[in-house]
Amino acid sequence: MTKHANTKNTKVTKTSTKPIILAAQKSVFVLTFVFFGSFVFAFSAQTPPRRIFSLVPNVTEILFAIGAGPQVVAVSNYDVEPPEVRSLPTVGALIDPDTEKIISLRPDLVITYGSQTELQDQLKRTSIPFFDYRHGGLDHVMVTMRALGARTGHVDQAETVARRLQAAIDAVKARVAGKPRPRTLLVFGREPGSLRNIYASAGRGFLHDMLVVAGGEDVLNDIDKEAAQISTEMILARKPDVILELNAANRLNDVDLKAVTDPWMKLSSVPAVRNKRVIVLNGPGLTVPGPRVIEGIEKMARALHP
Amino acid sequence: MSIRRRIATVVAAFAVFAIAVMIWAPTVGSTPISLARAFDRSIPWDDNIDAQIFFVARLPRVLAGGLVGATLAAAGVVLQALLRNPLATPFTLGVSAGASLGAMLAVTMRLELSVLGITSIPLASFAGSLVATAIVYALASSQRRGLSTNVLLLAGVTLNAFFSALILFVQYLADFAEALRAIRWMMGGLDVASYVPIVAALPLIFISFGAFAMMTRTLNLLSVGTEAAAARGVNIVGAQRLAFISASLATGAAVSLGGPIGFIGIIVPHLVRLMIGSDHRIVLPASALFGAAFLVLCDLAARTVMSPLEIPVGVVTALIGGPFFLWLLVKRS
Repeated sequence: MTKHANTKNTKVTKTSTKPIILAAQKSVFVLTFVFFGSFVFAFSAQTPPRRIFSLVPNVTEILFAIGAGPQVVAVSNYDVEPPEVRSLPTVGALIDPDTEKIISLRPDLVITYGSQTELQDQLKRTSIPFFDYRHGGLDHVMVTMRALGARTGHVDQAETVARRLQAAIDAVKARVAGKPRPRTLLVFGREPGSLRNIYASAGRGFLHDMLVVAGGEDVLNDIDKEAAQISTEMILARKPDVILELNAANRLNDVDLKAVTDPWMKLSSVPAVRNKRVIVLNGPGLTVPGPRVIEGIEKMARALHP
Repeated sequence: MSIRRRIATVVAAFAVFAIAVMIWAPTVGSTPISLARAFDRSIPWDDNIDAQIFFVARLPRVLAGGLVGATLAAAGVVLQALLRNPLATPFTLGVSAGASLGAMLAVTMRLELSVLGITSIPLASFAGSLVATAIVYALASSQRRGLSTNVLLLAGVTLNAFFSALILFVQYLADFAEALRAIRWMMGGLDVASYVPIVAALPLIFISFGAFAMMTRTLNLLSVGTEAAAARGVNIVGAQRLAFISASLATGAAVSLGGPIGFIGIIVPHLVRLMIGSDHRIVLPASALFGAAFLVLCDLAARTVMSPLEIPVGVVTALIGGPFFLWLLVKRS
């Protein structure tokens, strides 16, 4: 039996020596490649980027929150938070990144927005690594925190920050759980002094998620878009219980506040107007997808569930 | 049939159509409402949603649409005759580009002033249209012998391009939300939700229509040629000035109310001419009435077709107007 088997085996080996040697050579080659590759990868993972350029302001905030702030050396023209970034050099912004300047200043990681494909192509050509960011829902903030933690060598800190933010969000959820959810129109833009060109958060996206966490029911739930322009007729027909209006002003005195809310008074049959629940949420950065988002959510929750 | 009878009959027919459209339009929309409830005075205003939908959301929209449509169509007729160019529109001479630049600046500079209830964007766009009109007028009358229609046309087209470049520049410097708002304004919108801007635009449009009414015969002569008109004793320079200024001011007022809504000023006059000939005594009032009805119907489509979303009314007029105009062009040739 054993003999038989042996002969058979030898036969098999004999007939297929060449392919086996070839395969062995190939696999050695692949193994070496994988070995060195993983070594390079391990090496690069061990040295996190030291010259990060962030072209996306909310990602800059996330970088600072997870402890990667000292590695950030240049930001976009629109970056103002945290205050440390105001003294950093700027390298353009979303539609007009200064590609030449970026490449010449030799970053070792560039945070780009998903639509900046031309910049990304240039970076690929010059072998400069980049982190491709795109806005998503509320959960995406935590996802981005963790991904950036891994990319910048702050895995633990990013995990802590992400968990803390999630816990704060869950705490708001728990606080409003079981309470009646007012049907809410979340307005983020309109022509000053009138009810023209009203833009509101619709059935999905970041603002929508914030509103849901804060215990509101989006009155435009059925519109599968992040934002919608909405007519006065639609507002009258949808009868929101609360109208939340985002206003970027730092502070609004009573006169300014009246000027902002006055145009709504024309729609006096809307419950929100009749019950004086047109609420202006003011302050910059209320809705920045980053560590400060919890302040915005808490403001919304306080407005919806006083 | 005498010419007077013909004018009366045709204009009456167009008037009936326009009035019918304007009565019907506010009764339909994205939300079904009860007209009985809307007109029931015994229900308190603050509780009467149907009344508010009718009187706050729809009626101002329909009135604004009627006013803007009538103005743009009539101004188109006047400018086509003045420039003796069938491709002229109320926007050919830079009025809308000036208005758009004004609106753009108001948006990006976050102007929040208001005068007598008229808000910053309409004010700034009207100011922009005045500036554009003044520049074109100054250029065209700089030559010794009155107003040169050639210079008028070239100056207008160039100013349009120049203002468009300025608009792009301001837009480039603006941040996203602002740029988006300004672009949205340029697509036109009639959801005014208030009677104040309509009342504000009325006087100027009214005066301009008075001027239009006085010059229908002159326009007939002008569209044949200035020599022929002069031979018939028309004060050419005076007539051209009146036509240009009244059409520009009316357009400026209309644009500040509804934004630069395209195609009305070219489609409607040609369509009307196709139906009833080219006598300005009929074409001008008929175009105004048909323009009113046409824009109200386009806005009706804008607010219902994709409900709960809105289509910008300027997009609707272009989507309907463009192909229709091309069909007209092919059919005529």
